[in-house]
Amino acid sequence: MSQARTEPLPETARRPGDAAPVVELRGLSIAFGGVPALHDVALRLYPGEVHALMGENGAGKSTLIKALTGVYAPDAGTVVVDGQERSFASPADSQAAGISTVYQEVNLCANLTVAENMLLGREPRFLGGIGVRAMRRRARQTLERLGLDVDPASVLGQHPIAVQQLVAIARAVDVDARVLILDEPTSSLDADEVARLFEVVRTLRDQGTAIVFVSHFLDQVFEIADRLTVLRNGRLVGERLVSETSQLELVRLMLGRELETLDRLDRQEAPPVDRDRTPVVKVLGLGRKGALEATDLEVHEGEVVGLAGLLGSGRTELARLLFGADAADTGEVEVHGRRARVRTPRQAIDRRLAFASEDRRAEGVIGDLTVADNMLLALQASRGWLRPIPPAQRTTLVARYLEALDVRPADPHALMRNLSGGNQQKVLLARWLLTEPELLLLDEPTRGIDVGAKAQIQQLVAELAGRGMAVVFISAELEEVLRLSDRVVVMRERRKIAEREGGDLTVGEVLETIAAEATHTHLTETTDGEAPR
Amino acid sequence: MSAATDTPVGSSVVPSTWDRVRSWSPGQRYLPVIATVVVFLSLFSAGGIRYEGFADPQVFLSLFLDNAFLIVLAVGMTFVILTGGIDLSVGSVVALSTVIAARTLEAGWAAPAAIAAVLLVGTVIGLLHGVLIQYLGIQPFIATLAGMFLARGLCFLLAERSIPIDDETFSTIAFATITLPGGYYTTWTAVVALATVVVAAYVLARRRFGRTVYAVGGSEASALLMGLRVARTKVAVYAVSGFCAALGGLLFSLYMLSGNSLHAVGMELDAIAAVVIGGTLLTGGRGLVVGSLVGVLVLGTIQTFISFDGTLSSWWTKITIGVLLLAFVMVQRLATRRQP
Ligand SMILES: Nc1ncnc2c1ncn2[C@@H]1O[C@H](COP(=O)(O)OP(=O)(O)OP(=O)(O)O)[C@@H](O)[C@H]1O
Ligand SMILES: [Mg+2]
Repeated sequence: MSQARTEPLPETARRPGDAAPVVELRGLSIAFGGVPALHDVALRLYPGEVHALMGENGAGKSTLIKALTGVYAPDAGTVVVDGQERSFASPADSQAAGISTVYQEVNLCANLTVAENMLLGREPRFLGGIGVRAMRRRARQTLERLGLDVDPASVLGQHPIAVQQLVAIARAVDVDARVLILDEPTSSLDADEVARLFEVVRTLRDQGTAIVFVSHFLDQVFEIADRLTVLRNGRLVGERLVSETSQLELVRLMLGRELETLDRLDRQEAPPVDRDRTPVVKVLGLGRKGALEATDLEVHEGEVVGLAGLLGSGRTELARLLFGADAADTGEVEVHGRRARVRTPRQAIDRRLAFASEDRRAEGVIGDLTVADNMLLALQASRGWLRPIPPAQRTTLVARYLEALDVRPADPHALMRNLSGGNQQKVLLARWLLTEPELLLLDEPTRGIDVGAKAQIQQLVAELAGRGMAVVFISAELEEVLRLSDRVVVMRERRKIAEREGGDLTVGEVLETIAAEATHTHLTETTDGEAPR
Repeated sequence: MSAATDTPVGSSVVPSTWDRVRSWSPGQRYLPVIATVVVFLSLFSAGGIRYEGFADPQVFLSLFLDNAFLIVLAVGMTFVILTGGIDLSVGSVVALSTVIAARTLEAGWAAPAAIAAVLLVGTVIGLLHGVLIQYLGIQPFIATLAGMFLARGLCFLLAERSIPIDDETFSTIAFATITLPGGYYTTWTAVVALATVVVAAYVLARRRFGRTVYAVGGSEASALLMGLRVARTKVAVYAVSGFCAALGGLLFSLYMLSGNSLHAVGMELDAIAAVVIGGTLLTGGRGLVVGSLVGVLVLGTIQTFISFDGTLSSWWTKITIGVLLLAFVMVQRLATRRQP
């Protein structure tokens, strides 16, 4: 390996005593339409290690994984598996060679059952056909290892996105793969599920599997990974032992600069929220059978209300009901003190509500349109299709948000599907910010977004609130919710259990509230023991 | 499962068959088919009330005899539509099959050889469609539209006029009846059609190929990343449709006992209509072959209606089919709108 690198691999990053890597990539380059996405990148995976692949949004992590597993054909470079040079023509080929992959976007078929999604392609046989019972049994066993209690015979599409993500992981860990690649597997998981996933990952690692782990949650990386490789702008920055790297150093390697804004979110300048005025939106007893018990909520001008709670606590459901994405069974909605009918998203948009949903694949990204078109979709829809946005205004609006959210490439004419996952997420966020709503519902807006951009987005939300927008902020990351919110609504088992002033509230206190409620409900609740869907 | 604390030990073991029967509720995916069955039953009962002799079991059996070829076509079409594709060529392939059968038999081929030739040509045509669509990236609509014109043109090259089929084996099969208890009867063509449905239903539900068909219709990109053989499946699906069209063509030659270039004009549209009425989504990924069978029965019942009435113009068939089609597509839209 004689090519010039930004930083040479330190000797310490090699695992002493280990024979040979299972997978080694050398000099890998790939370009899309002349634009290089990866340039002369190397990666070494040893058996029995968890290897974190790090980098900003658009750094080339997913591209590297796809080039390795046969989705893309690299322009240059070699893939060596077990000392033999290989080139995979399709994902099926790499799977056959013992490389099991969970790609970044949940890549399963919503119309098939959970069991089929996990096992199709290597299903148990029965009389020459598929052994349906055996298949379900095996699926259930693997799901149990991940602590997931879902019916393997149920259709995948009816489950929330987190369950789908776990099913995708279950598909990958079900085989005894020698290499397991997880591209942002934890983006929509809660702490509990992450813990369980890590247990499985550790077991596999101890059995000798090489695991690639991609995540923008630095805490998780430091918890699970042994070594890491950092990419920046499609180039290799370096390979490090996790034990010898600090978080700060890692961030510097990823961004190529110091990160100033993280943790320092100034909301002091914002005018205090006036709770005596009529709230922008007030709901009374909003509920839907099986989704949410009757809930009250008020959101004032310039206020950020955070919804905290575990997965399946009803936080997403509340936002969906408020926006009319699901029809409520009970409850009333008042907008500026006037009764309003919000039964469909259309009606919600007319009342100047906006909802950035967590499920960007199903509800957001239109891959074949340009970034600009994707961004302007909601604004155009709210104006009506007969009143096109003037070209000059289009250009300035798009340019402003491309910059504000640091979308890369900052090219309004790029096709949406060619953007990296995190950058797609930024465009979707811009889509709703652009409409300048009076109430903005953000469901997991920073999922899959790198540390730098995450701080930028939080800053932007704070700014918008400072200018009078009411915001409902949902995130699985409690720290983030607490940092941003003026008020925190704690949810559990599909209802609101507490409402606290933000500011001095700590993560521990919120978790305590949730746990205390748990013991309480356990004693009183006898009939309603429905498992979360 | 969190409520299982106060239930007696042992009740969580395998439920008895009766328990399962009692607690059975049709899954979401059966609803469209059930809706189609309801429509069929209502149509049939309406006929029974209105016309004397309509509610006779033989009338029901005749639905299978008179539409055997359409059932087979609809089966093949179901495979294609489940992947999100379409096959417009099947009507022309039926005509081509009748012509090839008539021509080869006229030239003195033995019946099995003629049958093999017909099935081979149909499958190859389907295979070519598949290759054009999969490897050259041509839209299914366009590729099979071209195939439709080509096959129809080929008919005229082979036979400019109608050629009668008087082969002994063919006419024996055509006229043979199978007597059922109660003095009712059916024909071998109906048996072949039903066998096709059974085989197709098994393949779609229980074979990897069949499940891959659904996976491709659900999300082709996902199926690829799951490591499924997407390319092979997509080509195979058109081959299946071509084979079914040829088999349908053979059944049609038995029905008409002639080969004619003008046979089966527009029959591909009947097949598509039957599949859609049977509850299969045109966007792919959802639907059952049994639905397509019932869809054909619905179309057949409408036709029987017209023939029983005598005063109704046969164009009422088209109008009713149009209205039904619209109603079904609308119901499907409503049913699928709120789903993720
Ligand atoms: N099919 C494609 N066509 C054109 N450009 C592409 C394509 N796929 C990826 N790119 C570009 O390659 C770069 C790397 O993208 P990639 O998806 O690998 O990023 P990533 O590191 O996974 O980021 P994220 O953290 O956001 O998932 C991006 O600039 C992206 O726009
Ligand atoms: Mg990525």
